[in-house]
This record gives sequence, structure tokens and C-alpha cells, in this order.
Amino acid sequence: MALSGLQIYKLLPQTNCKECGFPTCLAFAMKLAAKQAELSACPYVSDASKQQLEAASQPPIRLITLTGVESKVQVGNEIVLFRHEKTFYHPAGVFVRVKDTDAADKLASAVKEIDAFTVDYVGIKLHLDGIAVENASGDAGKFASAVETVRGATKKPLILIAKNAAAFEAALAKLPGEAPLLYGADASNVDALAAIAKKAKASLAVVGTDLQSVATLAEQVKAAGVEDIVLDPGARDFLGVLTLGTQIRRLAVKKNFRALGYPVIAFPGEGASSPDEEPSLAAQAIAKYAGLVVLDHFTPARAYALLVLRQNIYTDPQKPIQVQPGLYEINSPKPDSPVLVTTNFSITYFSISNEVEGAGLPAWLLVADAEGMSVLTAWAAGKFDADRIAKAVKTTGVESKINTKRLVLPGAVAVLMGEVEEALAGWKIEVGPREAVDVPAFLKLNK
Amino acid sequence: MPVTVEIPKDKYAGQVRQITLGATKEQGGTRSKSITVGGENTLPFLHFEGSVPNAPVVAIEIQDRKPSDWSSILVEAWKDVIDDPVKWAQAAEARGADAILLKLNATMADGKPNNAANAVQVVKNVLGATGLPLIVFGPGQAELDNELLVPIAEATKGERIVLGVCEDKNYRTIVAAAMANEHTVNARTAMDVNLAKQLNILIHDMGLPLERILMDPTTGALGYGIEYGYSVMERLRLAALQGDGMTQQPMLVTPGEEAWRVKESKVGTDVPAMWGDWAERAVHWETVTASALVESGANIVVMRHPESLKRIKGMVAKLMGK
Repeated sequence: MALSGLQIYKLLPQTNCKECGFPTCLAFAMKLAAKQAELSACPYVSDASKQQLEAASQPPIRLITLTGVESKVQVGNEIVLFRHEKTFYHPAGVFVRVKDTDAADKLASAVKEIDAFTVDYVGIKLHLDGIAVENASGDAGKFASAVETVRGATKKPLILIAKNAAAFEAALAKLPGEAPLLYGADASNVDALAAIAKKAKASLAVVGTDLQSVATLAEQVKAAGVEDIVLDPGARDFLGVLTLGTQIRRLAVKKNFRALGYPVIAFPGEGASSPDEEPSLAAQAIAKYAGLVVLDHFTPARAYALLVLRQNIYTDPQKPIQVQPGLYEINSPKPDSPVLVTTNFSITYFSISNEVEGAGLPAWLLVADAEGMSVLTAWAAGKFDADRIAKAVKTTGVESKINTKRLVLPGAVAVLMGEVEEALAGWKIEVGPREAVDVPAFLKLNK
Repeated sequence: MPVTVEIPKDKYAGQVRQITLGATKEQGGTRSKSITVGGENTLPFLHFEGSVPNAPVVAIEIQDRKPSDWSSILVEAWKDVIDDPVKWAQAAEARGADAILLKLNATMADGKPNNAANAVQVVKNVLGATGLPLIVFGPGQAELDNELLVPIAEATKGERIVLGVCEDKNYRTIVAAAMANEHTVNARTAMDVNLAKQLNILIHDMGLPLERILMDPTTGALGYGIEYGYSVMERLRLAALQGDGMTQQPMLVTPGEEAWRVKESKVGTDVPAMWGDWAERAVHWETVTASALVESGANIVVMRHPESLKRIKGMVAKLMGK
């Protein structure tokens, strides 16, 4: 839990020696609290204080990094329970599980398809984060060769799922220089797996049956020298996963409970009574606190829906998604189609484009750069005015694509009409409806 | 050394208001059963620290005539009944819907403007065809909404129908009709905690008891602003639990309408190959949208596709520990 400036001050020497570069110890403490200075700048801080301060400066949920070949995924380091309190920082890693009982060619083609999956969502490239390989055969040699096959088909990070130490050792030998996640250690194998994870500098998942057991295992693993830990508290059903996930996040974030200060891994496919139930369980995991989600059923359609949900949930609420300003074509507009102007706030853009597209009406949608604000907000802030609209018209080259210079303003900024007419000589300026939902009717009436 | 973990339980001062949909014969209506929503004094499904007495209701949207703008996937799913609201309501009940949302169109099947006589008859027919509680939404045009909803409210006095949609620009007439005829209203605002609260206050100030006001904060679909709706719902629910009496209304949301309006569900051709199979994607889109809303506090979720209904019903039952 972060300390306040005054709490930090009490742990400093309070000599005001200035050697840290700040005029007083209090000023230095304030900078430390704001994370604008490093404790190492103070030569005289006691070891005891140092320990306390370092412990306090640790994030409530440890940041875990899995690396593949020239690729990595980072999860954890979250500090709130609700995204509106600040934001969720590290999007849950979404993996797909394959098994070493599958034939090598089948395995390779499945992994290649997962690896190649990518969709464009408002200009953001969404993709899956990696592959979980399970030692379903129980045979170390088969596991190692499956891992080798998978590694040949993707560069993304891996999660290795096995029970015994020999299988992990064989598989890790195929992944030099990588830091996969080893899943997972339970009471029966915790010492052996902790030793392997430590040696390989890999992360280790601990698998309990409740909070108590998973916290106990995490402490054991940590005592053995492995710090990068992932938690599996055991539950697979909707209610159990939600309950334990909430409790772990609360303990970590609000109580700074170190033994559970790690990302949680979820296996929605294992809790699903049929493959159709997996997306809802995965959606719950994404919204409610999983750091890693391992899917059992990959199809492009479900991956697309889940990755968009992840993108939405992990969007910083303080920085709304913006769309690229520019000219958008809706339903193959013709030179005589109307030009609708709006701002580059994503919801504004989507509202308009959905209505017009859904109604099957051709139009040019001119998105002005209003710094990501909605129409009225941007107008009030002076970010959506005649100058900006005129600039959008000129820079997008819309004039070269049309023969009817007809521009429709959002009804909420009808007041801009005169100024826009002045700024855009030769254009016919119309005032459209205030609400996006009324735009299709407006366009049908004013053909 | 086993680590001792103390379960972190939060206690809240407030709770969500309980609202009953539909009235049975004993309650002055004709429904075979009424359903109560709300009443929880903790966040969604956290049974370990509070009471969640009523499961969220999963409703199906039907329309008074074959919708003109629905995706062909939806039309196919209901093809045997989509021309007849009576059969449609019965099919929805047979597929497991907890309640029916009947949406009235601005025009009738023959293209003529909808009118009170027709709308009242359709509502009566649907009430006769199913024992489920009913929600009736107007076409969404203030004048027409009032013209249709007032006579419907009068003709169904005592049934405890949910009438919608009340918005800040048009709520007085609908609220008055609900008040005079023992119905409930749905208050819709645009993704904003304060607007939601304010409309609840305005409606309550007219004299309608808070036990008869549902709020619909509008959610957006997956990929189209759901993060705003999701967080507004979480904030409204936290405000309710912290004791803000004017945010304690149960929430009604329409993921069916939201999800089936977007390109991912509506369009099957000329879309990126990576979007995958159209029919599969469309149902995922509706289901994942609804799943997120169930997690953020929805008390009534209105779906469109029977498969999505089944999946969300299953999810809700399991979250209720059933």
C-alpha cells in the first residue's frame, strides 16, 4: 500500500542534509510519495527504513512477465477494484490451450491459426497472447516434442501445463532464453516445481482448492526463491470464480495482503457445461479480475468478441477512445451524397455511423479533430467550431470526391451555422437532428 | 505454515429497492405469477457478504409486427412466430423467458401509422397468450408513445405492466398513466449517473412511488461504448449501496437491442474474415454484451435471440447458486 509523504518522512533521517538534491527531507518525502524521486538518492536512510519503504512501494498485485521469442505479455500490477476508480492497467492475457496428445501436424496448424488471428478494432490491432500447452499424455518426451512443435508455429509466450518435474524439465529445454508460466504447483509437487521455476527464471502458478491453500502455496514458493507467482484458487464455476476473484483482488488492493498479491489465472472452458458457455465465463473472468484467461475452444468469432470486451474493460476511463479524424465512407457514398460532420469521440462516431449504416443510407462522415470530445462538450471547450470544421473539409480532400457541397451539422451546434457558412464558401450548410437516432429519418426526408 | 486468510467482507448501508413485475389474480391482475427484482444489499452475486434475494430477470423482446430492420439471423430464429405477437410471446415463454418486452412499432404491418386501438388490442392479445409479466415500450417518438401508451395503461389497469420509455424530454404523460393504473415505468437516460438519478427524482416528484420506477442507464453494445455503460452501472450500484436513495432503482438493460444494432451482428458479407462465422459471432456479441451487464448489476436483461436467452439464463442461475 502506498505511503503518504508524511509517513515516508518519518522513516527518513530528518537531517535536511540536501544530498538527495532536495532542500529538506520533507520535500524529498513528498517527491518519493509522488514517485518522482528514488529512495537510492538518500545515502543515510537506515536499512530498516529502507526495507519498510521498499515493501510499501511494491504494487499490491505483482507484475508478471511471460516471454516467448521476441514477444512478451505482462499482467498484474492492478491497483483498483473498479475501472472507474482509476483504470485497469494490464489487459488480461488471453491464451488458448492445446494438448500434447494431438498429432504434430494438427497441433502445428491449430497453433498457426491462433497465432495468425488478428482483428482491427477502431484502429487497434487485437490478437491472442499465447498458447497453453498441456501434458495430457503424462509423458515427458511427448510433452517436449509438442512444445517444440508449438514453438515452431508461434513466437508468442507459452504456458506449460503439467504435473511432474520431469515433463517441465524436458519442455523447458526446448525453450532456451524464455520465461513461460509453469502450471502448476500443488501440495504434491511444490518443492520440485519451485526449484525448476527458480532455475529457469520462469513464473510459477500455484493451484489451491481455496484461498487458504493457494496463499499457503504462494508463500512456500516465495520462500523457495520464486517471486513471479500466479494464483489458481481452484474454483471453475461462475459463482466460485467471481467470489474468489473478488476476494483476492480486495485482499491484495485494499488490505495489501502479500500472500495473494499476484495475478489470477482462469480456465473458463473447464467450468463450462458446454463449449457455448465458455464465452460468458471468459467474459466474467475478463471483467472480474483474472490476469490470465486460458480458453479451450478457439474460433475467430468468439476470440473477436472476447478481445473486444477486454479492450473495452481495460480502456482508461480518463482517456476515451478516439477515432482517427478524417473522412469515413458509409454505404459506398456517391458524389451527390451528403457530408455529415461530427467529432472524433468514439461513442459519437459510432452512434452516427451505426445509425446511418444500419439504415442503409449512403453518406460521407467527416470526423473533425475535437480532441476526443463529444459534440456539445467539444463545442463548449472551443474544440469544435467553424475553423475546425473548415479545416477538416480542406484537409480530408472531401471536396474532390463530391459534386454537391452539402454539409450537415449536428443539431446540438446549430448555433455554428452562420460561421460555418462564412468559412466554407460555396457549401450549403444544413442543421441536422440533435440525436444520432434521428439522423436516418432526417436523411430520408431531406434527400 | 498455513497462511490464515480472513475473508474481506464489505457491509453496505443501502440496498436496491425491490420491484414487482406483473400482478396475479390475487394482486389485481391476470398474470400466472409475478416476479420481484432487486433487494440486494451487496454487489452482484456476492452472496458471501450480503443478501441477493432475487435473480436478475431475463426477458425476450417481441414486437407488435414483424420488425422491418432486424438481422436475418433473428428473423430466422423466430420465423414461425415473428408475424404474430401472440405466437411470438408463447414461443418466448416456451424458450424460457422470464418476462416479455413488447415493443410497439410506429407503423403497422400494412404501413399505416400505428394507433391506440391496434396497440391496445395487441397488448391484450399478448396478455391473454402468456402468463408472464409484460413490459411495453412505445415506438420511441414522444407524441406517438403517449398516444399509444396511455390507452394501453388504462385498458390493462392493475396488471403492473412496465411502461416505457420515460426520458427527460417525455415522461410526464407516461408516468401519470402508470400512476393512475397501477403500472411501473422504465426511466431511460444516456450513460450518466447524475442524469439517471435526476430522472428518478423527477418521476418520483410527480407522485409515483419509488417501488414502481425501474431505471435504464443505456449501455451501448460490446465494442460500441459498453465500457461507459458498464462503469455507469457499477457507479450507480455502488451509490445505491452507499445509501443514495435516488439511485436504488433496479436496472433494466437491453443488450439484445444494443448488440443486434451493430455491424458485427447485423452484417454477414463484406466484413473481415477474422470476424469469423456470422451467426456464431452475432450470438456471441449479444451474449458477451449481456454477460458484462449481468456482472455490473443489471436486474432485468432484455435479449433478442433464443440461444442468447438460454445462455444468459444459465449464467444467471449459476451465479444465483442454482
